[in-house]
Amino acid sequence: MTVQKLPIAKAINESLRKALDTDPKVLIMGEDVGKLGGVFRVTDGLQKDFGEGRVIDTPLAESGIVGTAIGLALRGYRPVVEIQFDGFVFPAYDQIVTQLAKMHARALGKIKLPVVIRIPYGGGIGAVEHHSESPEALFAHVAGLKIVSPSTASDAYWMMQQAIQTDDPVIFFEPKRRYWDKSEVNTEAIPGPLHRARVAREGADLTLVAYGPMVKVCLEAAAAAEEEGKSLEIVDLRSMSPIDFETIQTSVEKTRRLVVVHEAPVFYGSGAEIAARITERCFYHLEAPVLRVGGYHSPYPPARLEDEYLPGLDRVLDAVDRSLAY
Amino acid sequence: MTVESTAAARKPRRSSGTKRASAKRTPQPQSSEPPLVQLLSPEGERVEHPDYQIDLTAEELRGLYRDMVLTRRFDAEATALQRQGELGLWASLLGQEAAQIGSGRALRDDDYVFPTYREHGVAWCRGVDPTNLLGMFRGVNHGGWDPNSNNFHLYTIVIGSQTLHATGYAMGVAKDGADSAVIAYFGDGASSQGDVAESFTFSAVYNAPVVFFCQNNQWAISEPTEKQTRVPLYQRAQGYGFPGVRVDGNDVLACLAVTRSALERARRGEGPTLVEAFTYRMGAHTTSDDPTKYRADEEREAWEAKDPILRLRRYLEREGLADEAFFTALDEESETLGKRVREAVRAMPDPDPMAIFDHVYADGHTLVDEERAQFAAYQASFVDADPAADAAIAAAGAAGGPGASGGTGVHEGDR
Repeated sequence: MTVQKLPIAKAINESLRKALDTDPKVLIMGEDVGKLGGVFRVTDGLQKDFGEGRVIDTPLAESGIVGTAIGLALRGYRPVVEIQFDGFVFPAYDQIVTQLAKMHARALGKIKLPVVIRIPYGGGIGAVEHHSESPEALFAHVAGLKIVSPSTASDAYWMMQQAIQTDDPVIFFEPKRRYWDKSEVNTEAIPGPLHRARVAREGADLTLVAYGPMVKVCLEAAAAAEEEGKSLEIVDLRSMSPIDFETIQTSVEKTRRLVVVHEAPVFYGSGAEIAARITERCFYHLEAPVLRVGGYHSPYPPARLEDEYLPGLDRVLDAVDRSLAY
Repeated sequence: MTVESTAAARKPRRSSGTKRASAKRTPQPQSSEPPLVQLLSPEGERVEHPDYQIDLTAEELRGLYRDMVLTRRFDAEATALQRQGELGLWASLLGQEAAQIGSGRALRDDDYVFPTYREHGVAWCRGVDPTNLLGMFRGVNHGGWDPNSNNFHLYTIVIGSQTLHATGYAMGVAKDGADSAVIAYFGDGASSQGDVAESFTFSAVYNAPVVFFCQNNQWAISEPTEKQTRVPLYQRAQGYGFPGVRVDGNDVLACLAVTRSALERARRGEGPTLVEAFTYRMGAHTTSDDPTKYRADEEREAWEAKDPILRLRRYLEREGLADEAFFTALDEESETLGKRVREAVRAMPDPDPMAIFDHVYADGHTLVDEERAQFAAYQASFVDADPAADAAIAAAGAAGGPGASGGTGVHEGDR
């Protein structure tokens, strides 16, 4: 079967399975990724089928996981590493920033680091502290890393294929609260480039840029806005480094208004980068300043408050209204 | 092989006993030093060890001596070049020649080395041209050699990080079914890093063929070893389930024998070993450091008597294994090396400014392409300053096209 309706988690699982099957150098590493299949079951069944030598339960030490993945990559392997939750990546931050990101340049291109770091990220699952964060900007700021996040099962499948084939380190942010959302995956399709944005909905009055878990929120906001006679275009960014500014620019030159939506805190977030660059590129097209909707400059709140903290349909529409009022 | 000793913490060597708050809470000092594998005494006399034997030909012994002398000469030249402003910084290995040459000569060609930034002697053993080590200290690159040409990874500056890379590489060696071994160098200061602890855990759990070679040179910039540990460092291995051994780091024969044994153990699939080479950093941490602020001259003088090169020379002379012609020829070779290094460094050109954008990614990145093109256009805008130079810069950047936002033309050439 080439076209299936799959949840995002299962699409990633199928993609990892295909990679393990087709390239003997691909390894899966992480905490509980073996028998358990990961706490989100994304690697479910892979160790059973490919063995403990390919799907490796690691000691509980994130720096060790990424550091040894670097060593394995230097030996010619293509490790796909799982960090169990977004808030647990920081012990590995040193290895990612000082070693993984810079080693190719340090070696003047003579060695390559094809390492994928999977991070289930974002809120909305009622979790305890450190299980709901969106640290993508902390990685996008670092040269040498590529940062992507899918919002559909098809993208989850194909972007994982492409990330594993990339000769650069890729941080693969998985929208954990969308893991169970189903959509169609064509496993024989020819995918577009990994870092190209996708117009998820066409519209005429305003552009919403989002990625990962916020794409669904924006689609819902656009449906609600349509009832009020407003036509919103949605760009699913897919890649936070590099960013496909051409697709955003094309959209904004048409709609003349832009709102960027992400779960991560607004301050120094990817919305700031997009606002600055689109303002430069589209200064004479814009009818309103670029607005941003995202998390606040506070620690991610306790679960009972996360619906207030996370951008929802109403917060997005509030920003849409403010933009249209200019 | 078993852990050499399970002795409790010794009395720290530099702390005054009277400063201890409570003798009851402090492990009782041991009356004897922990065992130290030694095959050549500071006086240059061969001594036997029950677990480690070595039998080298006169030529091999002269070879080790030559390695140490040339490494020290190169190191002295680099220090001088820093003082002359040719290098921005130098991290001298003075005093650690035996630890590095002994361990370095224990390696096979197919073994892989993960060094710190001070392993100039190991680099020498691996056949890395000494002048290649100086690029990063001059500031023309961050590491100018191909790691896979000599199985010698780039110098790692962040303390301890490379021990995990070595462990991962060794895990890969085991997966490949190869009988190569991997060696990770680090120091007494690095022993406090979490990455080193994690590398011990990972290598033990996966039984990785890696040797952890710790040069305990007694000082981490200004902090003595007792600021890092309450037990002799080699004893840390026991807690992870693999052997640890302390070797006289100024004894090239012992360092060779112990490292060789640890590498063979790794090849046999018996897992990691921690070697603590007990040595001394005779110089400053780097040329930016001033040891007179924190350590006494007497300590350095005591270690001078244990000099690694002097003791092997005494042995060679006593046993008639090298004649005056050998030493004279080596002096000449040293001076030739110094001159070659000096000339090579002075001739080392500054990199092309466009090199900022090279090798950031293996598969390209549109932002790098955009910024490269912008920078080239900016450089080319200085038309009146030096037309010839500007033309060259413009040509270098032209492939991306001034102002081009997503050009990939320049990048293709970088792959």
